[in-house]
Amino acid sequence: MSPADTNAADTNAADTNAADTNRADTNAADMKAASMRTVMAVPSVVRGRAGRLLVPLAVVVVLAALPLVLGAYPITLASRVLAFALLVVSVDILTGVTGLPTLGQVAYFGAGAYTAALVGIHWTSNAAVQLLAGVLVATALALATGAIVVRTKGIVFLMVTLAVGELTHQVAASWTAVGGTNGLAGIPPISVLPGGPALTLSGFVYWWVLAVFVVVFLLVARAMRAPFGRTLRGIRDNEPRLRALGQRTYSAKLAAYGLAGAVAGAAGTLWTAQARFVSPTDLGFDVAAFALLSVVIGGAGSLWGPCLGAALVILVRDEVSDYVDGRGPLLLGIVFVAGVYLLPRVRAVLGRLRAREKGFP
Amino acid sequence: MSDILRLDAVSLAYGRLTAVDKVSLSVPKGARHALIGPNGAGKSSLFSVVAGIRPPTSGRIEFDGADVTEVSEAGRAAGGLVRTYQHSSLFLGCTVLDNVRLAAERVHGRPLRPFRRRRRDAEVTERAHAHLASAGLPGRHGHLAGSLSHGERRQLEVAMVLACEPSLVLFDEPTAGMSAAETDRFAELVERLPEELSMVIVEHDLDVVFRLARQVTVLAAGSVIASGTPDEVRADEHVQRAYLGADSTDELFTEAS
Repeated sequence: MSPADTNAADTNAADTNAADTNRADTNAADMKAASMRTVMAVPSVVRGRAGRLLVPLAVVVVLAALPLVLGAYPITLASRVLAFALLVVSVDILTGVTGLPTLGQVAYFGAGAYTAALVGIHWTSNAAVQLLAGVLVATALALATGAIVVRTKGIVFLMVTLAVGELTHQVAASWTAVGGTNGLAGIPPISVLPGGPALTLSGFVYWWVLAVFVVVFLLVARAMRAPFGRTLRGIRDNEPRLRALGQRTYSAKLAAYGLAGAVAGAAGTLWTAQARFVSPTDLGFDVAAFALLSVVIGGAGSLWGPCLGAALVILVRDEVSDYVDGRGPLLLGIVFVAGVYLLPRVRAVLGRLRAREKGFP
Repeated sequence: MSDILRLDAVSLAYGRLTAVDKVSLSVPKGARHALIGPNGAGKSSLFSVVAGIRPPTSGRIEFDGADVTEVSEAGRAAGGLVRTYQHSSLFLGCTVLDNVRLAAERVHGRPLRPFRRRRRDAEVTERAHAHLASAGLPGRHGHLAGSLSHGERRQLEVAMVLACEPSLVLFDEPTAGMSAAETDRFAELVERLPEELSMVIVEHDLDVVFRLARQVTVLAAGSVIASGTPDEVRADEHVQRAYLGADSTDELFTEAS
């Protein structure tokens, strides 16, 4: 488990326990002391192996229960957040873990979304088939383009991936077979069981989206804690050194690019499943920029943080925007600046608290 | 005894400047071979050619009986020809243990396996711990490599090189920037390394060279001007001239006080 992940589990645990341990301390100084105490007062159960399972499990249970308490519109929004969060996870695999900042994941997101749409219109409404087809097409596209793209790094990589994203956008916008600028509409609702009923209710679609999100997220998290993830972090930190240790980094980077493409493709099929409409706008530059922004806000390298960043970005863009005269992107810009300034400080304070807890000066 | 490394008329030119000029060299198995020479002699260029960072302009490099002239740096390292860095080059954002595990994984695991396997992973971790211990760094495995001191980073480097289980180590000025005490510690560490491990040391510090090396090759202006035991090289008049441009060498080879 990466340090960031442990950090996450512990602070989450601290939050959930804050209610129990916060006594009648009311003034600000005491509150600060209390919050410090709660960090130290986390029961060992929550801290250990069980805790690492408990917190994510609680999050999944809460997410799964959302359709029982929320109406149709908020649930659609939640589906959109999850689909976008999966795209952000794919960006994070490259940007946060491997150290390759990318604007190109929308290409594979788009490949997944369009494939799912075409399969839905012309072949079957089975969501699993759409998912599989979308992932396959996206992975194939990612490996084909990645073979060239991963030969670059840094700002060149950023620019080449931008080109990949924009080219895909242009193809989608000008190719009449996929609807051109109008996109693809009239996609029938998905069904999960073969020959089963079509899921017209947004709650059921949400559960499908959530299920795919959780499975893919867990697979990615597993891979990032395995030797593969360690190798990718090695590339991020010092690629020439890894080569000097005898590791061919090209194949590792291509594998990471393929994996990220597959995840983005899965995200694309989920996007289609909840919106039942795809257009070139869904793979435009602003989507790519927002995905990268989510990774930065959420903390590159950790997997759950960028998902929170994704939620924030979608909420501001699609919801809060209406209350500020449609100036959501401006607000996001401010959030971004604030995030870049404040997050390192917050992390430093948390780090100091954790260090004190461990008994280091 | 067979040679672990053999260079056959290796040249490297940058445009019209020939940095390495038809250098031939053979290093037997288990050798402690030093490569010295005044500034600009082509030591670093030769080093990068042997390590596989730059392809030679002409000539042939044989490692362990196989022609590796066309093999990449990673390929040579995987085959057992491992280099060190003049300045510590670590994975600073990873833990000390992960730094060594990255090396051990390549030898004993599958670095691209996307899931954990308890037995295999534990084996790699165990090896990493053993290498950390033999480099004198036990108990620091959980710290970030970026939080280590300069001396500790050099020790971690040694642990990483050992974890590659090399048959030949190329040291690139290993004691550059070290204090006298650190240099001494480092020399002790190298002296303790197993006998069957071959070494080529590129070094400025002649005290270290004469302490560690059993064979010395002297480069000047891209060519080999002398080769032999430390005593032979010390007495060689070409070497004396290359270093000092004169025949007074007393200062150069007297013991440092």
